[in-house]
Amino acid sequence: MAQTEKYVLNMGPQHPSTHGVLQVQVELDGEKIVGAKPVMGYLHRGIEKLMESRTYAQCVPYTDRLDYVSAMNNNLGFCMAVEKLAAIEVPERAEYIRVICAELNRIASHHVFIGSLTNDLGSATGMIYAFRDREKILDLFNIICGARMTAHYIRIGGVAADAQEEFLRGAQEFIDYVPAMLDEYDRIFTGNEIFQARMQGTSIITRETALKHGMSGPNIRASGVDYDIRKIDKYGAYGKFDFEIPVGKQGDNWDRYIVRLKEIQQSANIIQQALDNMPEGPVMAKVPKVLRPPKGDAYHRVENTRGELGFYIVSDGSTKPYRVHIRRPSFVNLQALDGMCQGMLLADAVTAFATIDPLMGEVDC
Amino acid sequence: MHSGIIYSAAQGLREVLMSLVGIPIIVDIIMTIICASILLVIMATSALVFTLGERKICAFIQVRIGPNRVGPGGLLQSVADMLKLMDKEDIVPKGIDKWLWVLSPILLLVPSALIYAFFPFDDGVILADVNVGLFLLIAITSQTVLPFLMGGYASNSKYSLIGGMRTVAQMLGYEVPMVFALMGIVMLTGSLKMSAIVEAQSNVWFIVLQPLAFLIYIVTALVESNRPPFNLVEGESEIIAGPFTEYTGMRWALFFLAEFSNLMCIGILTTTLFLGGWHGPDFLPGFCWFWIKTFICVLFYQWVGWTFPRLRIDTMLSFGWKVLLPVALINVLLTGVGIYIYNIM
Repeated sequence: MAQTEKYVLNMGPQHPSTHGVLQVQVELDGEKIVGAKPVMGYLHRGIEKLMESRTYAQCVPYTDRLDYVSAMNNNLGFCMAVEKLAAIEVPERAEYIRVICAELNRIASHHVFIGSLTNDLGSATGMIYAFRDREKILDLFNIICGARMTAHYIRIGGVAADAQEEFLRGAQEFIDYVPAMLDEYDRIFTGNEIFQARMQGTSIITRETALKHGMSGPNIRASGVDYDIRKIDKYGAYGKFDFEIPVGKQGDNWDRYIVRLKEIQQSANIIQQALDNMPEGPVMAKVPKVLRPPKGDAYHRVENTRGELGFYIVSDGSTKPYRVHIRRPSFVNLQALDGMCQGMLLADAVTAFATIDPLMGEVDC
Repeated sequence: MHSGIIYSAAQGLREVLMSLVGIPIIVDIIMTIICASILLVIMATSALVFTLGERKICAFIQVRIGPNRVGPGGLLQSVADMLKLMDKEDIVPKGIDKWLWVLSPILLLVPSALIYAFFPFDDGVILADVNVGLFLLIAITSQTVLPFLMGGYASNSKYSLIGGMRTVAQMLGYEVPMVFALMGIVMLTGSLKMSAIVEAQSNVWFIVLQPLAFLIYIVTALVESNRPPFNLVEGESEIIAGPFTEYTGMRWALFFLAEFSNLMCIGILTTTLFLGGWHGPDFLPGFCWFWIKTFICVLFYQWVGWTFPRLRIDTMLSFGWKVLLPVALINVLLTGVGIYIYNIM
């Protein structure tokens, strides 16, 4: 029997499949993975600290840069935390528009997930199809707020401007397109034998591991835990909509993919209901020009695309937050990478990484 | 006797040379040099054409437009790419095994260029119609594994090394079923001579008589030429570019050239071995049919490549050894039985 040595392969921070600047130190025995250690911090910008020297309104654009493929959800989380702190009542129409934007952004973010996953599996074609559809949503954001990715549309007290007729019509058109879109994905990837062979039964996260790591979002739901902040907290207007939480069975790569596909469907369902029952009225509450929340602290969590995104804000009564802490789902979810990769092959590490779907802007914050 | 425009032209050229020089062996040498140069030009230009073709086809599959800026309709894109590659800095990484590293891309081109000598392009148009043509072809194509391993080993990079080792594993796993699949053709023809194999298909193509072998050949050919979904050697999402991760500029371009040359080779081989070579209805000359079929084959391989995700190394190897090899052996058995029954009847 030949003697072989284990060796460490540095994947990243410059690697085609690390979705940004993550470094994974993969310990390999041949092509088999013994351990995978994520090394973070390459994209650290000190957002929490920066926020301490900005007024509350100035903080909102920073949240765009956290998870830059679902900026609306981050805006929502921060704004709701400040609203909780300052006891601001948001008009109903604004709540509805927020839900539409957040869910559209969730779909767009899942497009990025599908695109990068298929690309990591070696099919660049898949990526183009997903990004083609994501473009439709980004164009809608362009209509509503002038920005495609870093939206900064949801503001403290409401939204920046009322949703135009053009946007609402476009959103409706997109919702009508969703079934055809999902059908096309099924035909391109979901039904593909190679795709299935690489996804099914690989990189399993058990229910216990997922709970132990404090994972959230589609990742924990794929492991069979029915955990969705939208249902639990019913924040904003989410209590008024009827939707299901898709749950996986065994927590393998395949489940994490399927759960996200079904989530697209549910998001479309929510947007449809919001569009149908859209109330009239103002979209911005009466928020003082210089916002001075009372002394105290507030924590608010929202269901980001990647899981539970929480903002903890401490106010000392001045115009600037005394301390902001962000609970970033990607950071927590990424901790499962080591366990997922053990015993798998090098190619599976890439798939595992893609199905956790971490975003380095959020991991490093 | 042979017919066809190219054959007559070559015959005319030979007569002219004969009257000028008068010594048969020198005429032979001159003819060979001319043919070899033509083949090399074909190979080089086809790489340029196929780069553009590949990008356009891939763009069509991916609902994009593709290159359309350089020249009319983007026709000059590959020329621009080539100029860009020549202009690039020649980076030689530290800690490499210099000789192996430098030789690897050059040696890779040798088998790719060499096999063009054994392709029958038209009736009687073949540079070296040797008795063991098919055998030589397989022997030469399997040499491509060595430069890959050399590049992988010499680059002093783990990604390259993994890629190099993968090449060896997949060559071992897929060369064997391919040889057994082609055995069926040899049994039907009774010869390893390339011209004889094409001649035997004048009435019925081997795709009809050897459907199993055809399917096996398609898969193994994709592996042989590192085309997706079997491009594990360069699986860009895992090991960046495998053995040629550390190469830049023209050195990298040589790998690229070899890849496209290999793509055309498998197209030509599929045509020659299974689709009747230059045979076709009389309204077009033989070499036209040959190129039409070749282009259709290449198009097919590109279509497959741009549609499927990549396989994983373990699934791929077990598929080669556990599925393709037994099926190839069964094919040999079935062919033998078929020939036996045909002979008694």
